[in-house]
Parts: sequence; C-alpha cells; structure tokens
Amino acid sequence: MKRSQIDLGVGVFVVIGIVALIFLALRVGNLGGEKIQNPYEISAYFDNIGGLKVRAPVKVAGVVIGRVTDIGYSKDRYRALVTLKLDGRYEFSKDTYFTINTSGLLGEQYVGVEPGGDDQDLQPGDQTTHTQSAIVLEKLIGRFMIDKAAESGDQK
Amino acid sequence: MKTPSVNPIQRRGAWTVDSIWRLGFAARFFFSLLLYSGQSLRRFHGLTMREIYMSGVLSLVIIVVSGLFVGLVLGLQGYETLQRFGSSEALGVLVALSLVRELGPVVAGLLFASRAGTAVTAEIGLMKTTQQLQAMDMMAVNPIARVVAPRFWGGVIAMPLLAALFSAMGVFGGWLIGVVLIGVDGGAFWSQMQSSVDFRFDILNGVIKSVVFGFAVSLIAVFEGYDCTPTAEGISRAITRTVVSSALAILALDFVLTSFMFRGN
Amino acid sequence: MSDNVVDLRKVSFSYGTRAVLQGVDFTVPRGKVVAIMGGSGSGKTTLLSLIGGQLKPQAGSVEVDGRAVPNLKRHELYALRRRMGMLFQFGALFTDLNVFDNVAFPLREHTSLPEELIRDLVLMKLHAVGLRGAFDLQPSELSGGMARRVALARAIALDPMLMMYDEPFAGLDPISLGVIGQLIRRLNDALGASSIIVTHDVAESLAIVDYVYFIGEGKVVAEGTPDEIRASQDPYVHQFVHSEADGPVRFHYPAQPYRDALLAGANA
Repeated sequence: MKRSQIDLGVGVFVVIGIVALIFLALRVGNLGGEKIQNPYEISAYFDNIGGLKVRAPVKVAGVVIGRVTDIGYSKDRYRALVTLKLDGRYEFSKDTYFTINTSGLLGEQYVGVEPGGDDQDLQPGDQTTHTQSAIVLEKLIGRFMIDKAAESGDQK
Repeated sequence: MKTPSVNPIQRRGAWTVDSIWRLGFAARFFFSLLLYSGQSLRRFHGLTMREIYMSGVLSLVIIVVSGLFVGLVLGLQGYETLQRFGSSEALGVLVALSLVRELGPVVAGLLFASRAGTAVTAEIGLMKTTQQLQAMDMMAVNPIARVVAPRFWGGVIAMPLLAALFSAMGVFGGWLIGVVLIGVDGGAFWSQMQSSVDFRFDILNGVIKSVVFGFAVSLIAVFEGYDCTPTAEGISRAITRTVVSSALAILALDFVLTSFMFRGN
Repeated sequence: MSDNVVDLRKVSFSYGTRAVLQGVDFTVPRGKVVAIMGGSGSGKTTLLSLIGGQLKPQAGSVEVDGRAVPNLKRHELYALRRRMGMLFQFGALFTDLNVFDNVAFPLREHTSLPEELIRDLVLMKLHAVGLRGAFDLQPSELSGGMARRVALARAIALDPMLMMYDEPFAGLDPISLGVIGQLIRRLNDALGASSIIVTHDVAESLAIVDYVYFIGEGKVVAEGTPDEIRASQDPYVHQFVHSEADGPVRFHYPAQPYRDALLAGANA
C-alpha cells in the first residue's frame, strides 16, 4: 500500500542522509584520521607568533602529533604564550625546538617540532623557551630592501 | 478613488501596529505548535513519517543535483584561483570548508524553502481555504496538532539530512573536477582537506546551522500557510512570503551564527 | 433541564465595530430540524460558529445540551464537539485522503476500534448516503453533490446529537439538491438527532424543516413553522420567499442620488 512506500522512501532518505554525515565526518573531516591519544600539555614562549591560530597543527617531521589549544600573552616576559596539546605516545627532550612555520608560501601556519638530544624529557605542564618565532614576511622584505640599498650604495 | 485619505505617517503607524500584531500572533502560534507537538511524536509513524517523505524524500533530486553542480563550480573556480599561487592541492580544503561551513546549510536551506516550504504553505493554505482545518476543529481534532505540528517536525528532521547530503555531493563534485578531470593529486586533495576540516569546529557547526535553518524555514512555512487569507490569491501571496521570509531568515541567521561560531582566533 | 438541544438568549456578536448579531434568541427543540434563513452576510454562519464554540458572543448566553459553550475549557469543548456534526459549505473533505479514509477520520481519531469494525462502520455510513460504491475514489473525482454526501457521511460518523449544515444546497443541481434535502431529514429522524440548516434556499428547506428563523441585519425578523412563513405578510419574509428583487432589502447599494451622481460627472 501507500503506507509502506512512504516508509521505504523515508528509510532510504534517512540512510542516505546519515551516510552523507558519516562521509563528512570521516572522509572530509578529521574525526577518523589523526587521533591524539592521552594528550599532555606543554607551554612555549614565542617572541612572535605571526598568524598562528588556535587549533593549528603541531608537526614533527611532517607528522601531526598535536594541536595548539590556547594562545595568550605573558605580561611578565613580554612574549606570546602558546599552549600545545601533544600526543602522549611521543615524548620530547628538554632542548627540543618549537618553531612556527608556514606550509607553502601562503599556507596555514603550524608549530614545527625539532627534537633535541637532552637526557631529560619535557614533562606535562612544562614551559619552554626553546622556540623560534614566525618569519614575518614584512620584516624579511624590509631587510632585503636595506641589503639591496646597501649593495647599490657600495657599487657607486 | 475610494481609499480613505490617510497620510503617510498614519499608514506607517498602521503598518507597524499590524506587524507587531502579526508578530505576537506568530509567537502565540509557535507556542501552541510546541504545546500540541505531543501527538506528532506519539503517532510518529502515522503522521510525521509522511511529512518527512513530503519534505525530505521529494527534495532529494533537487538537493543532489544542485549540490553536485555547486561542487563542480567550486572545483573549477577554486582551481583557477589556487593554481595562480601554486597551491592547487588546497582545492580540497577550499571546496570542503566552503561547503561544510556555509554553502551546504545555506544553499540547501534556500532550496528546501523553495521546494518543501512552499509545498507545506500551499497545502496548509489550501486546507484553510477549503475549510478543512475548520472542519477538523469542529470534529474535535486540533488542526495544529494534527496538521501543522507534523509538517513542522518533518521539516526540522529532513533539513539537516538534506544539508549533509548537499555538502557531500558538493565535495564529490569538487573531487570530480579537481582530481578526475584536471588532475590535482588525489592524495593531497583528501589529506589537506582532512587536516584542515575539523569535525567539531567545522562539520558540527555546519550541522547546527542546518538544524537552525530547518527550524526557521519550517516555522515560516507552516505559519504562512496557517495565517494566509483564505482565498486563491491569499495562498499565492503566502507562498511568495514563505520564500522571501525564509531566504531573509536563513541569510540573517547565517550571519548571526557565523559570527558566534567562527570568530577568528 | 429544558428539552432544547440548543438555546441562545439575547446573543450579540460583532467583528470589531461591525455588529453582526444583536440580541438574537434562538432555540432548537430536541429531534427537530430548524432552518436559519436570511440574505448573504446577515450573520447566519456566525450563528453556527457561536453554537460550535468557534466564536464567543460579546453578550448573551449560548447553551448546547444544557452546557454554556463560551465558558467551556478546550477539552470540554472538544468533548462536546464530538457529539456535534457539521457539514461545511463545499464539504471540506480532506484532499489527501480518499473517500473511505475521510469517513473513517473521526472514528480513527476518537476511537480505538479495530480496523475491521471501522471498515464496517464506514461502509454503513457510506451506504446511508448511497455512496458505498465510491469508497476508494479521491475527493477530486467526486461531483459537488457526491462530495457533499461524503462529507455528510463523515459528519454522522460518530452518531452526533446535533447536526449543523452550512449552506448544504449551495451550488447543487436540482437532483442533488433533492437528494441532500431528503438525506438531511431522514438522517435526522434515524439518528434521533436535532439539526440546524443555514440556507437561503427557500423552497427546498421549507419542504423538510419543522421551524424557520429569519435573520436580517443581525436580528430575528420572523419565525414560525413553514406554513406560517409561507403565509407571512412580513415584507422582508415576503420578499425572501417570493424572491423579489426589490423590497426591504434594497436592490441598490446605498449611494448618493442617481441624478446627482450623473450631473456631478457632467460638471467635472
């Protein structure tokens, strides 16, 4: 009868809709991919964070191992304080360098991790100043211009 | 002319009073709609199921086709722009984010309003014009519980599913253009997309938007139908009002929600 | 308790500032068929809405089966309405249901009878209006008279004590008209119900009703049995019964004098 046809149609519709949602969640979004297990937090002081955003990835050797969870300003040190949530499976030595990089020329900014060689590892809640700030394009260009000017001055 | 001589200020005032009166009626209508929603949940299979079919299943074709085309266009335009900066792999990110955050809920909402919303307005308007609602009321069956509430909830349920389907089809369309036709690297397409699209932040917020739009469009559609002047002309005007008010409501709500959800930082 | 199913005392009602009814007294004795007649816009349908509780009077009392309708709470009103049947002007059948489901609608909404019993009841009601064979048609496939009869079957589905007919004869051919008229009388007597017919179809209704009220400009201008009405010398009733173009109800919409209007045009 008409009744069961409606039921069938609605059933198909709901299934398609839910499949679309799952597709979005797993295939388009990051729900299925990278999972940060037993996360711990590290704070890092940066001179300049450039355009770093909350939720930006933290990568070591190109592998995402965490996220930026908070960005603040430390009044005492006059520097930016970035809180990172890192995967509990990976530990890093005390002298590990945290840098702010850009993927591609105009891509999003992320925190790169360059492991060091210290015996002691960073503990959850630790604060580190082993950081390298973001490259600010304007400063770079400014320096380039000054160098150029100096060069042409030499030639004269 | 027969029109009583009324100066513009008086007309303005009358219009304002009328609008406020209508707003009050709409609020009262919404309240009783919620109050008498029990039946559409208790008799979900008998009442609301049919409305999900009418609003959802019958909108499938337009949603799937439109989603696909929007994705194709996004793929083409996005590639065109991105390849100038040598970052055509970011195509996946561009397509997915614009669909999941904005275009999916908004365009699906607009299509939903013009396909399902108008149908609901016309149906309820026709039932009012032919005294079916009044007859129901005289048979001691509450028309809001029996006719209005199931249509409202059917729309609220159907809309998020349609929006998700629209986004999924759009991403598929973008993939079709970018990866299959133009030859952007498929791995980069998906992996960049996945690393940039956050489930909670992007997808869930998109779903919340579509739920809100579903609420708004369904409420407007049933209200305009219930409130229409019971004549043929009244129905056609109510349908126009449904489309216009829904579009305005969707775009305005989208702005409000976006400014709450994606505030930068 | 009096033996009147419907009892209206000094009822007044107005839409905004426009008075529709002014101090109307109206009763329906149990078991009788009563007609309300009057020109278009004379407040006949408003009277039905007052009895059905869809409108509330500004003054006066409306009692149905001894209960004051305007004071009822929503669920009490609905309980009362289950015992009323109403036939709307053009039937008001639900367009998305077929004939069978239309008649079954009140049974399914208000009873929890098994489906076989509902089937039997619906076929009985349809048989009473002579449309048992049309049970699987859609409302769009019915003629005006058939739609009216299906609506009648639906209205009597719950065996009401009071039937109300809003213009049951409007827009029907003479045969359908006779059929509906006979049905109204027969069903009233078979159900032991009481009926109110709102109509301006004089000949047809005078043939079947027990008592007639004439309403004009919000007041009862005349009442009586059909014979009394036919013999009435009241100018309004006389004009109505004999369908004269001009009488107490003017042919011309109120306007400035004809001569002035024409001259005004010439001078302009």
